[in-house]
Amino acid sequence: MTRIVLVDDHQMFRTGVKAELGTDIEVVGEAGDVDEAVSVITAAKPEVVLLDVHLPGGGGIEVLRRLHGTVPARFLALSVSDAAEDVIGVVRGGARGYVTKTISGPELTDAIGRVAEGDAVFSPRLAGFVLDAFAASDLPAADSELDQLTAREREVLRLIARGYAYKEIAKELFISVKTVETHVSSVLRKLQLSNRHELSRWAAARRLV
Amino acid sequence: MTTSAPSSAPRLDRRADGRLLAGVCRGLADHLGLDVVVVRLVFVVLVVSGWAGIAAYCAFWLLVPRREEPAGRRDWGQTLAYLAVTLGLAYLSWGNQATSAAVLPLLVVGAGAAILWQQADGDRRQRWVRTTTGPLRRMWLRSLFGLALVVCGIGGFLVQQVDTAQAREVLIATGVILSGVAMIATPWLLRLWQDLESERHERIRSQERAELAAHIHDSVLHTLTLIQRSAHDPREVQRLARSQERTLRNWLYQPRSDPDQTLAAAVREAAGEVEDDHGVAIEVVCVGDCPLDERLGAMLQATREAMVNAAKYAGTGAVSVYAEVEGDPGGEQVTIFVRDRGAGFDLDAVPDDRMGVRGSIIGRMERHGGTATVRTSPGEGTEVRLEMKK
Repeated sequence: MTRIVLVDDHQMFRTGVKAELGTDIEVVGEAGDVDEAVSVITAAKPEVVLLDVHLPGGGGIEVLRRLHGTVPARFLALSVSDAAEDVIGVVRGGARGYVTKTISGPELTDAIGRVAEGDAVFSPRLAGFVLDAFAASDLPAADSELDQLTAREREVLRLIARGYAYKEIAKELFISVKTVETHVSSVLRKLQLSNRHELSRWAAARRLV
Repeated sequence: MTTSAPSSAPRLDRRADGRLLAGVCRGLADHLGLDVVVVRLVFVVLVVSGWAGIAAYCAFWLLVPRREEPAGRRDWGQTLAYLAVTLGLAYLSWGNQATSAAVLPLLVVGAGAAILWQQADGDRRQRWVRTTTGPLRRMWLRSLFGLALVVCGIGGFLVQQVDTAQAREVLIATGVILSGVAMIATPWLLRLWQDLESERHERIRSQERAELAAHIHDSVLHTLTLIQRSAHDPREVQRLARSQERTLRNWLYQPRSDPDQTLAAAVREAAGEVEDDHGVAIEVVCVGDCPLDERLGAMLQATREAMVNAAKYAGTGAVSVYAEVEGDPGGEQVTIFVRDRGAGFDLDAVPDDRMGVRGSIIGRMERHGGTATVRTSPGEGTEVRLEMKK
């Protein structure tokens, strides 16, 4: 049983998500804006928070900033936005993954379970953004290994972008699902820790083209 | 037999708008495609150098018809400036050496004023109001040049006319008067400037609002109406909603690019069209981008064919498309995957005469120097992989 908090400013959407989630998931709290989210999450101590990117009061990224290091909860970002800026921003802010609101109920349940176990959840679009962002560096590779993806990580991301589930990726690359998860988590870590500011700049610039 | 004037050059006529005297120079400048300042200066020189200019001007004035347009304003500032230049030049050429030296500063001031007034004429003021950017730098340079001319002229005049002994008093007096004028005029000018700024911002805002309203009206409201009308047909409702979502998403989040020119935009557009035609959801992820050419156009056709096949035969609601461009500009490697988790089929069992996969996808790619591989088996879904090196 995974205890989650739903943070979204649309009541209808929260109701819809609750109805779609499987029986393995218990919704222990809901919030509609940043302040409410911070207090509900602090009080309810959920394992996973489903966090909308666009929220009144500063957005999901503000919730992540204010709760940073204070609660054990893991965050899964959920948004209708396809803007690279929002996606990369919220993941760099500390979310363990990103899915779009069009995701189906079973897939969402699956993603929540994955995040609860400490793994990362990449949608095809997020994988595409990451590939694009890490490829976009024209600068000579910076010192740290955080600034580059390994060939294997790239391969995994490419398969995610092609619409493969983790199980299918494992089969395709002759590795275990656990290894796929390790690769994805490692990409997430690089995405969050790389101090290459081009990542943010790249994401912001995409809107201005 | 009559010959019509070439349409590129406007008919010679006298303009009412933007004239200084009778609109002759303005009309000539339009007709000849010259800058009106050049024409006016030529006339000034002609006038000064022996009345020929005046005769010519009068002749034009009499013979050239007036353009039918509402009586425009006359720019008195510029008229005065040109007058000063003309008088100054005339004095220079006819007066004796001693006086001509005295007139030189006036001439410089006149030229400077002409430039400044030219900068600030009605059209330009309009343009300041309309846009924030533009050839601002050049404008500033010109204004600065005009200002420098005026200051030099006044300075020259002072140096000539004022004794060194009195210079101090004169300077102090000038300073006092100028600061007085500045004190009176500054708040007013500031106010004017602020009004102009806020008006401009308001205009930009209302333009944006109008554009947004127009967009929402054309797309969202229209679709909502259609959805209400076809509420009995869930498939159609879904198609409409999906199509509207895509349009809105593109409008909000996608970088503006032209589907006729870049690969990523073209793939997205093709996917959108297939979605519309076949009522499936196609998720498109693009990494990198490059300009389209004929071969990539063929690749795009193959991609579309693969998407249509997936939409028609896979029997699932979802298709994934992934397009990647790697490598440096000029030598890009383009790879496109079209994948579904649907029924799949036995490739060997497809008869040779079926054109779909072999002709439209594999054959087309090979004809254009690319490759296509189809991975499928019954129950396993289908993935079409297209590759092309530029």
